Amino acid sequence: MNNYNLNNLRELEAESIHIIREVAAEFENPVMLYSIGKDSSVMVRLAEKAFAPGKVPFPLMHIDSKWKFREMTEFRDRYAKENNWNLIVHYNKKGFEEGVGPFSHGSKVHTDIMKTQALLEGLNKYKFDAAFGGARRDEEKSRAKERIYSFRDKYHQWDPKNQRPELWDIYNAKVHKGESIRVFPISNWTELDIWQYIRLENIPIVPLYYAKERPIVEFNGAKILVDDDRMPKELTDTAKMEMVRFRTLGCYPLTGAVDSDADTIEKIVEEMMTTTKSERTTRVIDFDQEASMEQKKREGYF
Amino acid sequence: MDIKEFLDQDQKKDLLRLLTCGSVDDGKSTLIGRLLFDSKKLYEDQLDALQRDSKREGHAGEDIDYALLLDGLKAEREQGITIDVAYRYFSTSKRKFIIADTPGHEQYTRNMITGGSTANLAILLADARKGVITQTKRHTFLVSMLGIKHVVLAVNKMDLVDFKQDVFEQICDDYRKFTTTLGIPDITFIPVSALKGDNVVDISNRMPWYHGKSMLEFLEDVHVVSDRNFDDLRIPIQYVIRPTLDYRGFAGKVASGVIRVGDEVMALPSGKKSKVKSILTSEGDVDYAFPPQSASFTLEDEIDISRGEMVVHPNSTPHVERHFEAMLVWMDEKPMDSYTQFYIKHNTHSTKARIDKIKYKVNVNTLEKSEVDHFELNEIGRVVMTSTKPLLFDPYKKNRQTGSFILIDTITHNTVAVGMILDKMSSDKLHSRITDKEKEQIVKSGSLISTEEREKRYDQKAQTIWITGLHGSGKNELAYSLEKELFEMGKTVVVLDGKRVRSGLSSELDYSPSDRAEHLRRVAHIAKILNDQGILVICSFISPKESIRQQIKEIIGENRFKLVYMDADVEFCKKNDKYGLYKQADEGNIKHLPGVDEEYDIPVIRDFTIKSGENINIEEIVATI
Ligand SMILES: Nc1nc2c(ncn2[C@@H]2O[C@H](COP(=O)(O)OP(=O)(O)O)[C@@H](O)[C@H]2O)c(=O)[nH]1
Repeated sequence: MNNYNLNNLRELEAESIHIIREVAAEFENPVMLYSIGKDSSVMVRLAEKAFAPGKVPFPLMHIDSKWKFREMTEFRDRYAKENNWNLIVHYNKKGFEEGVGPFSHGSKVHTDIMKTQALLEGLNKYKFDAAFGGARRDEEKSRAKERIYSFRDKYHQWDPKNQRPELWDIYNAKVHKGESIRVFPISNWTELDIWQYIRLENIPIVPLYYAKERPIVEFNGAKILVDDDRMPKELTDTAKMEMVRFRTLGCYPLTGAVDSDADTIEKIVEEMMTTTKSERTTRVIDFDQEASMEQKKREGYF
Repeated sequence: MDIKEFLDQDQKKDLLRLLTCGSVDDGKSTLIGRLLFDSKKLYEDQLDALQRDSKREGHAGEDIDYALLLDGLKAEREQGITIDVAYRYFSTSKRKFIIADTPGHEQYTRNMITGGSTANLAILLADARKGVITQTKRHTFLVSMLGIKHVVLAVNKMDLVDFKQDVFEQICDDYRKFTTTLGIPDITFIPVSALKGDNVVDISNRMPWYHGKSMLEFLEDVHVVSDRNFDDLRIPIQYVIRPTLDYRGFAGKVASGVIRVGDEVMALPSGKKSKVKSILTSEGDVDYAFPPQSASFTLEDEIDISRGEMVVHPNSTPHVERHFEAMLVWMDEKPMDSYTQFYIKHNTHSTKARIDKIKYKVNVNTLEKSEVDHFELNEIGRVVMTSTKPLLFDPYKKNRQTGSFILIDTITHNTVAVGMILDKMSSDKLHSRITDKEKEQIVKSGSLISTEEREKRYDQKAQTIWITGLHGSGKNELAYSLEKELFEMGKTVVVLDGKRVRSGLSSELDYSPSDRAEHLRRVAHIAKILNDQGILVICSFISPKESIRQQIKEIIGENRFKLVYMDADVEFCKKNDKYGLYKQADEGNIKHLPGVDEEYDIPVIRDFTIKSGENINIEEIVATI
């Protein structure tokens, strides 16, 4: 007796692999944006599977804001090396030299210069015509309508009125020179799916996701990790060891930890199912303004 | 249940993709909001945010406005309407769900088609007070056209009709009558109150006369796996994985059918056959793969299959055709221009296609058919199409995967239309492959292909290089070396010379001035025809009279005509005369040889002058082409 039932994860996986292969086949110069977060880690694994036993035919690019958690960069370099990835690390040189950072310039300026601008710079530099992103539709309300192939004009801007209809699994990959497509192969995955898949496939993730005793300070109403000596001294002095973990990863001064003793995936999921705060509320940038994700998307971030 | 058990169970669930549609204010957002909310998967803080938003901009007073859960884009929220397809995710202990949520506005057929294209099931909302209205019919028609096999009619706002059975039964009857011709295999009716929660998750005790399932129970139980086609193997090849020289993994999504190790398979359109050696899926090496898995496989024999081709079982093949009929939905703001070609993307195959004929347009409200000559946004109709390369397809009704396509504008690159291929082959293809519009154009101006299009294809500017000069001046050497040079550059070129033309086309003509004029007139017209076809022409003729050369120039057209003069005196030509014509003329055996007993007019206006006997420099001429 044959079993032609595919469980939900395998169905999502098949859909994502199909998308990744389409992009590799139809674009001249695709890249996979790698944020080092759990969603990226899943996306990267899907790309590896899509071309097995061959090598993935496009590079990874990490936009380094220079304020990422140290454990993230370590993880990134180790993962890329061990898995034979062509890894591009791009950062905004000018911003870096001018010392732009969240403590001195505030989260808005920092995010704009070191993340959004840096990303656009990186995309322009290598003339990528397609960039995979690990965003999911259930992450945030404004993402629910995002296409899998999200069209960007030559300024990388997203216009909600100018998105192409997307039917069946037939994607329109035609772009003029300079235009590009952001591709979201894991659009249909939920947060729970991501954790399930990490568990099922034993995908390595940055240890910051697991609870541990860490030096924590209170900053802008969030629990911030003392990750390096760029944190102002008056803050560092208030540090206390706390049992925490991170639900999302980004720039360490902008990413709040949560009290937790979840040190396994099972415990993380359990915490997630019963939690009172959803994932994104720990990311400080979202509070800047109403519908801020959407604003950032229009500007080209995401 | 502990968390491990929970996760293990969660992992085994299958996925149901559903579409929701209804007209504005039927309560669609409320219903979805409740499904999400009551399935207890909303995180608490999303609810916090909800209460905050609701106070700020909600339309429902102090109550939680479920609809706000669903809104996304700011611009849309400001307009107070949802204008696109939004995807929602929720799950119960039995199943995971992806809802494609589309608004009911008349102008948004496009969105519904988009949301429905991936759905296994559709929930249609009807307001119990209004019953089956035009919108309900339109949505049903679209759902049936999309081949969605399961339809639920949710009769909502039952609280406003006192939960009366006869109201519900009447609506069901009306709907059944309307749908008999549409051939939807599975229709279910559920009376609900989205606002109050009756029959949404739990069975309501306010409608004891209803013995069916609640909405959620139904969604959890409906059987959809067998909707997939496991019989006819179709794997459109996406990508060829070549890690080493002797490994070729043909990667693609199994669109339908099952592929097994050892199967004899055939690649189309080549028809080459081999046996399946191994199959790789995300779960590693496997014995078989089935839809909708993404797989890659290797073959026993080294055969070439590339992207856009399809692998099938030899005993069940798809149509391989350039001509087909389809239901087309126009998706672009810009109306259809029936003269243009489109890119067509069908499975993994891209080529060009044109619309030969619109058979009719369907009025989606009345289902009446009418004749039109183009489509506007959201219009639907039946068309006859021709693609540049053959498509490998099945009728959409039999195979959603291999029966669907999109059309892309060649200039804007927008997805302008989508299509579903029909079962019946085009009858039009038998007697004519030319559209009615094109017939008009042929009557008006002849060919359907312009000189410019041809020139683009041949990558050249069509013109005639006319070489004039005395017999023996070296015209032919120049003509043929020029031809070779151009040919090697990849140009398409023809040489006409006296010997060739006189041996056939002008065989009844002699060398008298009047016959010579007629002979050259013919040559000029041939050159013109060839130029019109985009072809370069080199003519090598003595053409001694200025007046005749003038005529030739007029026939061919001034801007396509280049005159080359072979500058040589008679003495040189006599020495160079391989046919001994000068000798014969001198002896009086032949007449009318220019330079002897006939005048040769040296061209006053000429584009190039080649001095005979000197090294011929053809680069200058080539450079002008
Ligand atoms: N009485 C009653 N009102 C309802 C019901 N469902 C929705 N409504 C109301 O109908 C209005 C439109 O609902 P909404 O969900 O926004 O409709 P949509 O436009 O189809 O998404 C809102 O004011 C709802 O509160 C119902 O079952 N009973």
